[in-house]
Amino acid sequence: MTKVITDVICPFCGTLCDDIEVTVSDDGKKLLEVANACVIGTEKFLHSQSSDRVMKPRLRQDDGSWKEISYEDAADYTAKLLAKAKKPLMYGWSSTNCEAQSVGNEIAEIAKACCDNTAAVCHGTTLIAVQDIGLPTCTLGEVKNRADRVIFWGCNPAHAHPRHMSRYSIFPRGFFTGKGQMSRKLVVVDPRCTDTAKMADMHLQVEQGRDYELLNALRIALKGEWLPDVVAGIPSEKIREAADTLKSGRFGIIFFGMGVTQSLSKNHNIDEAIALTKDLNEYTKYSIMPMRGHYNVTGSGEVFAWQFGFPYSVDLTRGFARYNPGDTSSIDLLARGEVDAMFTIGSDPGAHFPISAVKAIANVDSVCIDPHLTPTSGVSKLHVPVAFNGVECGGNCYRMDNVPIDCRKVVEPPQGMITDEAFLIMVRDRLKKLKGVA
Amino acid sequence: MANSISVNLISGRTIQQGVAIESGKEKPSYRTACGIIEMDSTDLKKLGAWKNTNVKVTTDYGSVIVKAVEATQGPHPGVAFIPMGPWANSVVSDNTYSTGMPTFKGTPAKVEIAMNEPVLLGIELVQKQCGVKVG
Amino acid sequence: MSEYIIKNGHVFDPVQGIKGDKKDICIKDGKIVDKVGSSAKVIDAKDKTVMAGAVEIHAHVAGPKVNLGRIYRPEDKLFSCTPTKGMERMGGGASIPTTFKTGYEYAKMGFGVAMEAAMPPLFSRHVHEEIRDTPIIDEGAFPVFGNNWFVLEYLKNQEIENTAAYCAWLLNVTKGYAIKVVNPGGTEAWGWGLNCLTVNDPVPYFDITPAEIVRGLMEANEYLGLPHSMHIHPNNLGNPGCYQTTLDTMKLAEGIKAKNKFGREQVMHLTHSQFHAYKGTNWGDFESGAKEITDYVNKNKNITIDTGNVTLDETTTMTADGPFEHHLTGLNHLKWANCDVELETAAGVVPYIYSPSISVCAIQWAIGLEIALMMKDPMRCYITTDHPNAGPFTRYPRVYKWLMSEKARKQQIESFKHKDKVLSQTALGTLDREISLYELAQMTRAGPAKSLGLAAMCGGLKPGMDADVAIYNINPDKPIANPDDIEKAFSRCAAFFKSGVQVVSNGEIVSNGNKRTLWVSVKAKENPQVARDINEKFVKYYSMTQANYEALGHHFVPNPYAIEVDATN
Repeated sequence: MTKVITDVICPFCGTLCDDIEVTVSDDGKKLLEVANACVIGTEKFLHSQSSDRVMKPRLRQDDGSWKEISYEDAADYTAKLLAKAKKPLMYGWSSTNCEAQSVGNEIAEIAKACCDNTAAVCHGTTLIAVQDIGLPTCTLGEVKNRADRVIFWGCNPAHAHPRHMSRYSIFPRGFFTGKGQMSRKLVVVDPRCTDTAKMADMHLQVEQGRDYELLNALRIALKGEWLPDVVAGIPSEKIREAADTLKSGRFGIIFFGMGVTQSLSKNHNIDEAIALTKDLNEYTKYSIMPMRGHYNVTGSGEVFAWQFGFPYSVDLTRGFARYNPGDTSSIDLLARGEVDAMFTIGSDPGAHFPISAVKAIANVDSVCIDPHLTPTSGVSKLHVPVAFNGVECGGNCYRMDNVPIDCRKVVEPPQGMITDEAFLIMVRDRLKKLKGVA
Repeated sequence: MANSISVNLISGRTIQQGVAIESGKEKPSYRTACGIIEMDSTDLKKLGAWKNTNVKVTTDYGSVIVKAVEATQGPHPGVAFIPMGPWANSVVSDNTYSTGMPTFKGTPAKVEIAMNEPVLLGIELVQKQCGVKVG
Repeated sequence: MSEYIIKNGHVFDPVQGIKGDKKDICIKDGKIVDKVGSSAKVIDAKDKTVMAGAVEIHAHVAGPKVNLGRIYRPEDKLFSCTPTKGMERMGGGASIPTTFKTGYEYAKMGFGVAMEAAMPPLFSRHVHEEIRDTPIIDEGAFPVFGNNWFVLEYLKNQEIENTAAYCAWLLNVTKGYAIKVVNPGGTEAWGWGLNCLTVNDPVPYFDITPAEIVRGLMEANEYLGLPHSMHIHPNNLGNPGCYQTTLDTMKLAEGIKAKNKFGREQVMHLTHSQFHAYKGTNWGDFESGAKEITDYVNKNKNITIDTGNVTLDETTTMTADGPFEHHLTGLNHLKWANCDVELETAAGVVPYIYSPSISVCAIQWAIGLEIALMMKDPMRCYITTDHPNAGPFTRYPRVYKWLMSEKARKQQIESFKHKDKVLSQTALGTLDREISLYELAQMTRAGPAKSLGLAAMCGGLKPGMDADVAIYNINPDKPIANPDDIEKAFSRCAAFFKSGVQVVSNGEIVSNGNKRTLWVSVKAKENPQVARDINEKFVKYYSMTQANYEALGHHFVPNPYAIEVDATN
């Protein structure tokens, strides 16, 4: 006999779908089938079952080989590493639950570490812009129920957030949007003709890196002022047409992604996008929302904020929290060679940081807590495999619109494997002893 | 026909990249998904490369061997796309201009045919560049 | 648990009518008791003031909009960070302190209970996670109902029973404490960029008026017999002339009687009344409506209010009144954050600087004090700053100073750039009342506790009540030489006991206590129609499944204290 577990939350992306159905074996140990999830989510659930999974912590030896050690020894190693370091960097947090993040923050406070999450290479510039100018936003259900204008700017949900469009933004029939896709006009701004752009009513193929200019031109077009013939590769007539489309909606939403946060101009692009949203609110109702990547990067920012006061790039080395991206941010700390111990959890900087920063990680003592083998585990001194969050343990997570959803445990982790939170508690208790903290 | 062409390099997610990172970054499928450069057909023609030819991508920040494929989300002449991952990150700038965010998109790059050079596996590529001794 | 006896202190306890007499207070097993054994630890409170722990009836201290404030205002942390110290976790933030700092600051001032004033139901988990991380003080949270689609649909057809059944369900699944209403109907209108500025403006599409929402929710509240009354932030907040809307709103309570087993007498709590007591037609002829508002409340016993005192600080405004925050950013041009929440509510956040050099700010300051001084019954008027909207809660001691000392008020008025305008547009200059320590205990302890339906538990020092006891360095036998001494004494208590545990000694945290989450568990009649409606809304309109909606489990509410209400009869 098998059991079907419903209303399961998918721990892949910030869409945080919560309608997944998972079939498990009668003893709850084997995950057999996944329904309703996208192809990535399905793979995430199924890969937890792979037979070649690393089950025990491993310490790299002088000859480069791995030696299996116990969780206790791994926790000892980690606590000593943090106790000894002058400026440890505790990075990641976006693929783990808020419970683990909370314990991690306690550790960071005792170790006087720098703490950062994956916003550093994702929506960090968005956060800077929000600090500059604010953020009119909404929950995804508002989009489903009200939105008749949907703009995807520099993001490609068809690839990165596969069920976003069917659950919230384009296809669903909501309270005031009974005709689903027919109720909405879709505008996509992207330098490529992406699979999302192919579905659009209007695609503005902006010159790469010229988003600021185009956003600014749209603000001008809204006011009916003079424009040059071509801005950012788009003819002014088309910009005016787009402005009219935006303005004529009753409820609009701008979703944006890495196309604007990672291009030159960075936070200024987002400043301008938010300013456009504010301007549109003079005519009708508009919201704007970052398409957050990791399923709980938003949660990490929330926990950092209520415990330390800042959403990412927090430096605790002085005994109180400081925040100054460019100074206290991971890439800059690594590039300046200031980090003397690296602690990674729930993310893969080895794959997603510029290689020069990865080299700085490889140069210092390091621990990588991750169920997978990754480029980060490949350059770390200690690799601690743990249970899969959202599959083998539950815990709270925040969706891209900041809505908290409690993940579900669907199967038991393999015999002897522990969760992020359990491992962090072991580290915390050891570190307290080493530092003589009550 | 030219020995090398200049492109504007960007990176980002693809659904194949998403599946590959969840099925195991140690596996060849990760390389298949992300050890590629998506180029416009006109750029491939300019370079004189067949589809699925290995190429060397060089920027001010490094170089990497990837397989040139024809863009599926084009046309975008002059723009080339490497899915996010260690291959793309081997050639991007770590300059954050004091924002904390590296400049992942919009890197001027040179692409040249490197028919006989291998595309490394993801973890291998990073370890090699970092000089990690592997037993 | 340790036993304590607090000796020789001047006790102020409105619950027992004690007005500064010397009386020993005994603590055993977390409760106030008649006597303790000889081994009890003696605390000498000679020449000091002893009161019950204070009760915060309305503050924004936990949840999504508070945290949005923290996230988007790094500048609020400038010069306000506190390092790790003993058992204190590090903290930061002035108007929106981190959770740890929030708990410590309340405790250091002698507060035992605080109510989070607006919980968006969809975000209840977030509110509870922050409450969990706020040490020492007991907290509850008010879910917002005034723009909820279920409520709008039921009340359009005057279905009180169905409204009550839905309210009961929502309180249970969100672990909420009371029925909160913010800009009824106006926030739903804000979904389309609109607003409801009077109690008769129809809500777009739903075709119901704010008056019908308010009246219906009061009736549902009494139908269920909840510990607290409906708690309202009326329409038209903060606009010159808004006092008329406030009077119209209060008139809706006429004829409704409180029905509950908690000793609560009011059916409406009007919150941050200062923001709702403005006369005039524009910012030029802006003037106080405190007299009109307090005259009405003085006459109508089924209403309680809190003040919402402006403290003349830089702060961060935040409210579920989405359209108001949009209006405010248009006035001050500071950064605007907003979040509309599907089927339920919205919220906005805008920083604000209450500058003593701006006449409107100085008049707002005066109006808040006028209200407290014009209210005849201190048991029905509570001191708040609507933290952080009119000022941070850490400024309470300064507000007490202004209320307790005419001299302090005069000094402040003298320092204003537009002091003539303050005197001509308000009556503050003519008020010589000084709030006594006994009245202060009514306005900050016994009063709010009674209004919240917690009179049996906190707000007093009667044997059997929770042992929340604060000792302040004020000798009531001696005249106060300098009003600043009042502020100093209330800023850091000499000692504070929370549920019988000493948590503060000489103004320093000595224990993280045993914090509880207060919530109201309602047993209601089964209502298949409401159950069906809830199911339908989740299937069709929510972005989350019904099975994932409830805030459940140890992580969210690790130490619950449920107040049981049986509404099956």
